[in-house]
Amino acid sequence: MTSTSRTAEGGRIDRATTLEFTFDGQPFTGHPGDTLASALLASGRHQIATSIKLGRPRGVAAAWAEDPGSLVQIEEPFPEPMLLATTVELYDGLAAHGLPGQGRLAEVPDSARYDAVHHHVDLLVVGAGPAGLAAALTAARAGARVAVVDEQSEAGGSLLSGTERLDGAPALQWVAAAVAELAEHPEVLHLQRTTAFGSYEDGFVLALERRTDHLGATAPKHLARQRVWRFRARSIVVATGAHERPVVFTDNDRPGIMLAGAARTFLHRYGVLPGREAVVFTTNDSAYDAALDLHRVGVCVQAVVDARPEGSARREECERAGIRVLPGAVVTGTQGVDRVTHALVAPFVDGEVGAGSAIACDLLLVSGGWNPAVHLFSQARGRLRYDEGLGAFLPGEELDGLSVTGSATGVSDLGGCLAHGQRVARAALAALAITPAGDDRLPAAPEAVVPTAPLVLWRVPDSSGAEGSTQFVDLQRDATVADIARAVGAGLRSIEHIKRYTTIGTAHDQGKTSGVLTSGITAELLGIPVQDTGTTTFRPPYTPVAFAALAGRDRGRLFDPERVTALHEWHVAAGAVFEDVGQWKRPRYYPQPGEDMEAAVLRECAAARTGVGILDGSTLGKIDVQGPDAAVLLDRLYTNLISSLKVGSVRYGVMCGVDGMVIDDGTVLRLAEDRFLVLTTTGGAAKILDWMEEWVQTEWPDLRVHCTSVTEQWVTFPVVGPRSRDVIGAVFPDVDVSNEAFPFMTWRDTTLEGVPVRLARISFSGELAFEVYVNPWYAVAVWERLLEAGRPYGITPYGTETMHVLRAEKGYPIIGQDTDGTVTPQDLGMGWAVSKKKPDFVGKRSFARPANQDPLRKQLVGLLPTDRQTVLPEGSQIVEFFPDGQLPPPPVPMLGHVTSSYRSAELARPFALALVKGGRERIGDTVHVPVNGTLVPVEVTGSVLVDPEGARRDG
Amino acid sequence: MQLIECPWCGPREEVEFSYGGQAHVPYPDDPGGLSDEEWAHYVFFRDNTKGRFAERWNHSIGCRRWFNAIRDTATYRFERVYRLDDPKPVTP
Repeated sequence: MTSTSRTAEGGRIDRATTLEFTFDGQPFTGHPGDTLASALLASGRHQIATSIKLGRPRGVAAAWAEDPGSLVQIEEPFPEPMLLATTVELYDGLAAHGLPGQGRLAEVPDSARYDAVHHHVDLLVVGAGPAGLAAALTAARAGARVAVVDEQSEAGGSLLSGTERLDGAPALQWVAAAVAELAEHPEVLHLQRTTAFGSYEDGFVLALERRTDHLGATAPKHLARQRVWRFRARSIVVATGAHERPVVFTDNDRPGIMLAGAARTFLHRYGVLPGREAVVFTTNDSAYDAALDLHRVGVCVQAVVDARPEGSARREECERAGIRVLPGAVVTGTQGVDRVTHALVAPFVDGEVGAGSAIACDLLLVSGGWNPAVHLFSQARGRLRYDEGLGAFLPGEELDGLSVTGSATGVSDLGGCLAHGQRVARAALAALAITPAGDDRLPAAPEAVVPTAPLVLWRVPDSSGAEGSTQFVDLQRDATVADIARAVGAGLRSIEHIKRYTTIGTAHDQGKTSGVLTSGITAELLGIPVQDTGTTTFRPPYTPVAFAALAGRDRGRLFDPERVTALHEWHVAAGAVFEDVGQWKRPRYYPQPGEDMEAAVLRECAAARTGVGILDGSTLGKIDVQGPDAAVLLDRLYTNLISSLKVGSVRYGVMCGVDGMVIDDGTVLRLAEDRFLVLTTTGGAAKILDWMEEWVQTEWPDLRVHCTSVTEQWVTFPVVGPRSRDVIGAVFPDVDVSNEAFPFMTWRDTTLEGVPVRLARISFSGELAFEVYVNPWYAVAVWERLLEAGRPYGITPYGTETMHVLRAEKGYPIIGQDTDGTVTPQDLGMGWAVSKKKPDFVGKRSFARPANQDPLRKQLVGLLPTDRQTVLPEGSQIVEFFPDGQLPPPPVPMLGHVTSSYRSAELARPFALALVKGGRERIGDTVHVPVNGTLVPVEVTGSVLVDPEGARRDG
Repeated sequence: MQLIECPWCGPREEVEFSYGGQAHVPYPDDPGGLSDEEWAHYVFFRDNTKGRFAERWNHSIGCRRWFNAIRDTATYRFERVYRLDDPKPVTP
């Protein structure tokens, strides 16, 4: 389509270059510098979408993020929903369509990169309009570390939309010079296309930089598409400008109705004529500029409809130009379908609307005043004050470290904004003890014309008989004056309640144009001052931020660190199936061709019980505890006595919280009189180190002891099974592996070709077993030596699943699986691991609490399904029949639950561990477990089902 | 996100710290000499103050040191931090 509504010249677009794009499937053209909205308007297209509930045609109603009308979905180059045509910079190949309030997420993965940067500054200036640039220059000249962020594609703010002059030249020349000057200061960071969307405590501001969105398909792949800047500023200057506010009237939502200031932006910035015949409806002087500017470029301005009884001092200026001004009049309604065709204009006297007439127009400009963009101030908990004269909420207090300047404070003239920006920056610098530069000149602005006082008018009375049901307050939610009246009629008084009842302000734009209107209309309906109504709470983000941007690099594999052992590549090559254990990737089993998990695990278990197996146990937590008081610390934290352990020996221990509940278990190696190696569960490693540190630092700072994680300094390979002695003996010939020289629960150091190796007779399987500890650098070499030596015995690598079956057959609990924070050592049948000799240890006193003496506490027992077939699902409940064979009436009492359940190669049947009320008293009983709707009978047994005497592991 | 003044490292981001509950609740000298109720008070009972509250904090992803702080539970603001061996500050 040709540009039927483009001016002959002017605007900040590159007319020499033509961009092609499609909208709703139709081809259009535009220029670099256009937004999607300006290019569509330049082609005469006003309707963008239809509304979410009523399906009414909607168009471009504003020129930037406050627009409630131009919701679009981008399809090419990458699908993205819920963007505003007014904020999408045009690029070649863009394909978009209008949205009825809801978009569609991409169904293909987003290949773009997103990242985040931390940046610390003395002064952060938000907004590069006149006030922001003045503040930034003042700070930069003083040598401060400054960041300036602005959401537009170029600096200038409101100057981009007008014809203002500074120092007798177009103001944008000064903007260009200011930007160039800022670039010369090495300590100044200046970012355009960067929206500060949240302000938080202690100078923390989040901003989103759109780095490549405007480049479309030509965006370099190596650049992050968007970047979240995490600013920490000693002082913040908010120079975010103001949003023009509409006046609500009947049928105020048709395409072709837009804010007066937006029309100036489209004209001056984009070279677009937003209409041919215009009516301007205003309550203040600012819209007169729009009327005069449009008139100058040939738009027929049919009338300026000014609600003020006396109109404006600028009436004559219009009339000299031949523009009719109607003071004391309002627009009461409109006509048209997909574009406004008539404005209904009527006299407005003392709040009463008289008889009206229709004025033909294809553009209806509206101005009800200006709302300072106080979002960041309010997010920082700044209190707002209602200004009766402006009909607007302004910053109502001084905040430490955050000041507001320019039109965001209600200042409306250019010279005033510049001076205010400089003053605020100087005050901020003074608070930081930074001396302003001597030469700190600002350009001369034309003397401000004192405007005629505005009229505060929220809405025009509805004379159509529809009682406000087409007087739209929030266009995005199709919410009207009638909806507010209904809320008030239902008894709602709080603006927060009215927001939620009507949904006003909850859409994409978060009420940028509708919020203050709602406060005003509500106050009017309730007959109370607007100050008492207040505003709803401003919350981040100021404009929508994609989750992808917030996630940044923390996606996929980088979302949570993945930890792998030194043998990981070997496991992968061996075809291991992995499982996640905390952050670790651990081999779960090693299937051979044709094997499923069950078959693989039965094979691996049989190998460990009858021959020899080998496990990568490197993820086991390891804590090096050193110092003269190391034994004292461990005596206080373990339930059993550690100080009596001999150097060279190993002891199993249990740790409890002060409540007496088990928090971890593992073995302790005494390396020297003053040094222990504490082994924890894989998942408990970090937690137990923290636990030790907490006690040492907070309760026992007198103990001379230090605790250090050495989990990653040692790999650990349990070599398990009746032939393990042969394998260890073959690989480490210097070690006497006989039971006499190297008994169970001892450790020995040796070397393998000069590499230090530690061997420990520790068994988590109940079999004869040796754990091999070595520096991770030598992990693969040692592992392969062990495999080689084990080949004659069919050495079988096994994974965590087999490890679990083997330990469960022995009744060894997994803390966190067989326990849940309500289980004592006694409940686990480990009273033997609780010292009677020690006067105290953490948890001891709690064992004497009556609740911990209850014989009906849940205790760890074994379960054997009597059908010898069913593998009970872990987590299953356990129930009991009455002696007469009947189930108790519902709710059937639950005796406990299954905590671990496997199929056993050794037992040739499935088995389980369970926590059962008074479980040890029930050994030999039959109870029932509901599985898939049937009750499976199970026999309660002791928890140790294989080699209860321990002859194998001790052998 | 506020900055918390670690007594050892200086101001750091809030996410580097973890909360450790009410401060000045020492492990009893002789747990065995306490009644069940007295012991239960040590294990389970803590104040739930609105306003200034003495708390334990840990610079858990920084220096890993524990310290105490006076924090206003209504505003979240840290009013002061102090070392574990410092006495509890007298607050107005």
